[in-house]
Amino acid sequence: MEFFLQMVVNALQLGSFYALIALGYSMVYGVLLLFNFAHGDVFMVGAYIGFFIATALLALFAFTSLVLPGWLVLVLTILAAMFVTSFVGITIERIGYRPLRNAPRASAAITGLMIGIILETGNLALLGAERFAFPSLIETATYQIGGVLITNKKIMIVLVALLLMLALHQFVQRTKWGMAMRATAYDFVVVPLMGVPLNNIAALTFALGAGLAAAAGVLFSLAYPVLDPYMGITFGWKAFVAAILGGRGSILGAAIAGFMLGFIEIFVAAFFPSTLRDLIAYSIILVILVFRPHGLFGEAYTAQLRL
Amino acid sequence: MAAISETISTNRERLSQLKTMVSEPFVMVPILGWFFGALVAVLLEQFIGLSLARAVGLARIPALFGVVIALEKPVLIPSVILYDLLIYVLPIALVARLTASPSNWVADRLFNFRSWVSVLLHIALMYLILHIWTDVSDYRLLVARLILVAVIITLSLNVINGYMGEFSCSHPGFIALGAYGASVFTVGLFVNDNILGSALLPETLGRFMFPIGLILGGVIASLGAILVAIPSFNTRGDYLAIISLAFMFMVKSLFENLEVVGGPRGLGGQPDWAGLPTVFIWTILGVWIMNNFVRSTLGKALNAVRDGETAADAMTVNTRRTKFTAFLFGAFWAGVAGGLFAHVIRYVNPGTFGLQMLAEVLAMVYFGGLNSVQGSIVGALSINLLGEALRPLDIYKWLVIPLLLIVVMITRPTGLLSFTEFDFTKTIKPKQNPEGEV
Repeated sequence: MEFFLQMVVNALQLGSFYALIALGYSMVYGVLLLFNFAHGDVFMVGAYIGFFIATALLALFAFTSLVLPGWLVLVLTILAAMFVTSFVGITIERIGYRPLRNAPRASAAITGLMIGIILETGNLALLGAERFAFPSLIETATYQIGGVLITNKKIMIVLVALLLMLALHQFVQRTKWGMAMRATAYDFVVVPLMGVPLNNIAALTFALGAGLAAAAGVLFSLAYPVLDPYMGITFGWKAFVAAILGGRGSILGAAIAGFMLGFIEIFVAAFFPSTLRDLIAYSIILVILVFRPHGLFGEAYTAQLRL
Repeated sequence: MAAISETISTNRERLSQLKTMVSEPFVMVPILGWFFGALVAVLLEQFIGLSLARAVGLARIPALFGVVIALEKPVLIPSVILYDLLIYVLPIALVARLTASPSNWVADRLFNFRSWVSVLLHIALMYLILHIWTDVSDYRLLVARLILVAVIITLSLNVINGYMGEFSCSHPGFIALGAYGASVFTVGLFVNDNILGSALLPETLGRFMFPIGLILGGVIASLGAILVAIPSFNTRGDYLAIISLAFMFMVKSLFENLEVVGGPRGLGGQPDWAGLPTVFIWTILGVWIMNNFVRSTLGKALNAVRDGETAADAMTVNTRRTKFTAFLFGAFWAGVAGGLFAHVIRYVNPGTFGLQMLAEVLAMVYFGGLNSVQGSIVGALSINLLGEALRPLDIYKWLVIPLLLIVVMITRPTGLLSFTEFDFTKTIKPKQNPEGEV
């Protein structure tokens, strides 16, 4: 039982990362019917930007001998990283997706993949192969509740992730921009004719997704404080799988599927040799998709081709 | 403003004038003439290449047209250009132009005699040129063989992604199945190996059994493709993309866990049977069969499924059978190419068949052009040559190639040579009748 609960805690942490990244995929897909394949690398860029911001903040505070609590620095880092990285998202949309909006969808997928490679290699070329260690902003405290070990970082990661998802939900449901996003997702051919600026909505969607990915990046580096230019690849593709599993453009679905993927991976690794993790996890997803071809929360839609 | 646009338009006119000026003398040159030119060029390189290279200040014959040397030592750029001009450009242009009328005559006679004789002769000439060209260095030989394998891979992916219009990401999985299938066959039966045990059959027999191994690899890949093909009946587009992606990860994970074939360490010691002739013959065979496939009724059914599945169904196209066949067919050739790949590199490990390879094969298909055999050949050739030639740029190579691909995608969203039909017998037709008519 303790073991089981421990696994649940770990799965919640892993699932938070997947869910936050999957939201970015899902939103872009909902609005433009395109996948932003550079999204995994935006996660990586977000983590690096978070690293630089955190280092700069720490240096600044050391210089001015200002004492701020660690959690406040962390919150500032997350917010600043989200803000800066959202511009990366806007740039990706402007360069790789806007010129190709009427092109075959696969072409946009290729530009996305290529932008991802450019982000990885550009990072490697700029910063070198040296791996950076993320500064530990808060002290790790371990609590033991009924035999289950929980660190304050884990609690914080899950809480921040849930908070961000809630904020996104409120934004999409309550604000005018959110309404415009939902309308565009409903029909992006007719709705722009009603005066909704499609380009701005697309840029906003990319910016929101990139911001969430950046938050995931900072939270991830909090848990595993080693930065690596290729850290986005596996995470990005797995989050992509989660977005698909959640259903087309469904924000709730992406969040739930992200947590589900985390649970599947952790529990498979707990009961089987860890090398079999991907094999079993993907087999489960394959089976789910065979029975629910439109994902868990996606609406069934007739195959409409834009090739 | 008007002045600027005027300059641009005059520049454009000048450019097109220049283009006609350059291309006009060569309009009459048939493919045979170009082949003669290339043959002279490679023979020239074979005999005087080294001395010429030394004369212009190069240490050895530049392997890939000297791009590597030019990038490493910019001082040598003039000598590289001089070398390329003297060995390749001038002889090819001169011989092609001068032999235009005799080669037209030969091409005409051949074409009117039996067209298959003409085709075979052209292919033999192509092989001869390639053989002499790769004779100069082992590096060239390796690059040429890898490019030929890449042509099969690209074309087989084009059958699924271009002709059928699915976004399939499972190709590295198919290639891995083929590579491991063929490797287990050859290494297990004909080689003393510490993973798969001692040889069961004499190695001399193996050379003749090698095609069986390749076909076995292809069949295994086809069997794997059933896993992707069956879900494709009901799902399309992105959901199929994810299923195929999951398939790719599953295959990779499977081989990482199969200790019988070496697990994550990989399987090495494949016999050196995939020489240039073998790879060349398989490539020609693959291109021929796949080209015939996409031009057949079934191939047209693929296009129909891509352009509108419901409409195709209404027009009595059996969409399920079409999809099934296309997936299995594409996977078969991917498997054959995988077997060849394993025997060219003579080592396979599961890490090779991952996302990196997926990005590369997708890049080759979409760079060259969808729904096009020429496009696949051009894509495989250019991406591979670029990859090799830009090697001195180190990691910046992976900034240049993606950037190039983005530019191609933005300017020509379906690739360089998309939506064409390839007819080799038409390509090798004489450009001019003996009487002088075009």
